[in-house]
Amino acid sequence: MRLVSNCFLPKRTAGMGLIEEGIMKGMRLILAGDGEVFSILGLTLFVCVASTTIAVCIGVPFGALIAVKKFPFKKMLITVINTGMGLPPVVVGLAVSLMLFRNGPLGALEWLYTVKGMILAQIIIATPVVMGLTVASLQGLEIKLYRQILSLGASQTQALYLMLKEARLSILAAVIAGFGSVISEVGAVMMVGGNIKGQTRVLTTDIVLQTQAGNFSMAIALGLILLTLSFSVNLALTFIQQSRAN
Amino acid sequence: MFPIPWKHAWKGLGFGDMHKRKGIVPSGKATRLLCMLFVSGLLSLPEPEAKSPDTVILATTTSVQDTGLLDVLAERFNKKGEYRVKPIAVGSGQAMQLGRRGEADILLVHSPEDEDAFMKEGFGLKRTRLMHNEFVLAGPPNDPAKVKGQNNITEAFKKICLSKAVFVSRGDNSGTHKMELSLWKVAGCKPAAGLYWETGQGMGQTVRVADERSAYCLLDRATFLTLRKMLRLVIVSEGDARLKNYYSLILVNPRLSRKINVSGAQAFHDFMLSGEVKELINTHRNDAFGQQLFFTETDGGNGSH
Repeated sequence: MRLVSNCFLPKRTAGMGLIEEGIMKGMRLILAGDGEVFSILGLTLFVCVASTTIAVCIGVPFGALIAVKKFPFKKMLITVINTGMGLPPVVVGLAVSLMLFRNGPLGALEWLYTVKGMILAQIIIATPVVMGLTVASLQGLEIKLYRQILSLGASQTQALYLMLKEARLSILAAVIAGFGSVISEVGAVMMVGGNIKGQTRVLTTDIVLQTQAGNFSMAIALGLILLTLSFSVNLALTFIQQSRAN
Repeated sequence: MFPIPWKHAWKGLGFGDMHKRKGIVPSGKATRLLCMLFVSGLLSLPEPEAKSPDTVILATTTSVQDTGLLDVLAERFNKKGEYRVKPIAVGSGQAMQLGRRGEADILLVHSPEDEDAFMKEGFGLKRTRLMHNEFVLAGPPNDPAKVKGQNNITEAFKKICLSKAVFVSRGDNSGTHKMELSLWKVAGCKPAAGLYWETGQGMGQTVRVADERSAYCLLDRATFLTLRKMLRLVIVSEGDARLKNYYSLILVNPRLSRKINVSGAQAFHDFMLSGEVKELINTHRNDAFGQQLFFTETDGGNGSH
C-alpha cells in the first residue's frame, strides 16, 4: 500500500528543467571560452563602460556646479534632470535612431547600426542619472559648507573639489546607478544598434533574440552571464566606495 | 559657460592622491579589477579594418532571423570582404517603410500584396522571388473548433469564426499578419471581439501566447518546427495553395536617396541568387528537423517585376 502519494513529490516542470539547463549551459560557455559569447560579452562591457565613463565626466562636474551655484530657473533645470533619470530607454533609442537615419539631421555621421551610435544613446540615458544623483548628494551636504570654504580663501575650483570629496560616497553611488542604467537596458541598443551578429550584438539584445527564436536555455544562460558581469563590476565599484568610507 | 572642473571629478572619485602613490597602477584590488575589466573589454573588440568595407543595409523579417538563416548568409557574404551587410530584422511592414524612406538598400520580405503596392508606387527598382515555404494553422490538441483534417484553409477559418475558440494574431503589419488578414477576407468573417487577440510581437512570442491559452494561430512551418518541442499546439490544417509563403528580394529605387548603396545592394542580390547560396538555403538546418525549412525558386525567380 502506498503511504506517500506521488502528488507530494515536486513535479519536474518545464520551468525547473530550463533553469538548470541554463545554468549548466552558462558555465559551459564561459569555461569553454565560447568565442561568440565572449565577443558579445566584450562588446557589452565596452559599450557600457565607455558610456558610463563619459556620462560621469559630464555629469559629475556639471552636477556639482548646478548644485552649488545660484542661478535663475535652477529648480526647473533640476526637475528636467530628475525627469531625465527616468527616461525610457526605448524612447531614447527611437529618438536617436530618427536623428541618425541617413536622411535625418545627423545622418552624415553614419552612426546608425554601429557601436558609436549605441554609445551615444547610452550616454543620453546615463548622464541624467549621474547628474541628478550628484546634484542631490551635494545638496545633501551642509548648505553653508560651500560658502564657508570660499570664505576661508579657497578658489571656486578648490571649493568644488572639497565638496566632491566630502560627498564621495554618494558620488560613487551615482556612478554605480549610471552603470546599472545602461547595462540593463535593451530598447536603445536594439533600435540604434540593430542587434547585428558580430557587430552590434550585446548581451541584452542577444537574450531577446534567443527568446524569440525559442532557445530558452541559451537565453537563461546569457541572462546569468549578464547578471554575473553586472555583479562583478558593481563589486569592484562598491569596494572602492566602502574603502573610502573608512 | 561654466569651466569644466575635470580635476575635481577625478579627485572626487578618490583618485586625487595618485601622485603620492608609488607606481601608476592604482592601488586597491577593486580598482585594479575594474581597470582589468575595462582593458579586457577593449581588447576583445574586433580589430578595425584598414579599409572599412562599404555598408549595405538589408531590411528583413524576423522569421528569416529566428531560424538562424540570416546570420549564416550575412557571415558568408561579409567574408568576401568587399561589402559589409547589416541585416536588420524588423518585419516586412517596417522593412518596406525603411525602403520608402531610402533608409535601406535592399529588402527581403514576404508580404506579396504590400510588395505589389511598393513596386507600383515606384519605391522598388527590381523585385525577385528568392524562396518559399508554407504557412500552417496550429491549434490546441483537443481542437475545440473541430478544424483538424480540414485542409481547405478558407473552410478552416470559417469553422474558427463559428466556434468559441480564440485566435491569436501577430497584429503588427508583418508578412504573416497580412497573410492572415487576407485569409479572413476570403473566408468572409473574423472571430468575435474578445476571441481575436493581437500581440503586436514576433512569431515566437505570438505562438507561445496561443500555446499557453490553447488558441489557434497561423505561423510559417519553419518557426513551428523550430519551436515544436516546447509547444502543445499541433498542426490542424496545412497544404492549401493559398498558404504558400513567398520571400522576395527588392532592390530599393536609387532615386529615393543619393545615399543608397546601389552597387552593394546589387552585389548582395546577386550573391543571394547564386548557386552556393541556394544550396545553403535549401539545406539550412535540414539535419535538425528532418525536413526542408526553405525552398528556393527553381526558375531563377520568375517573380521579377
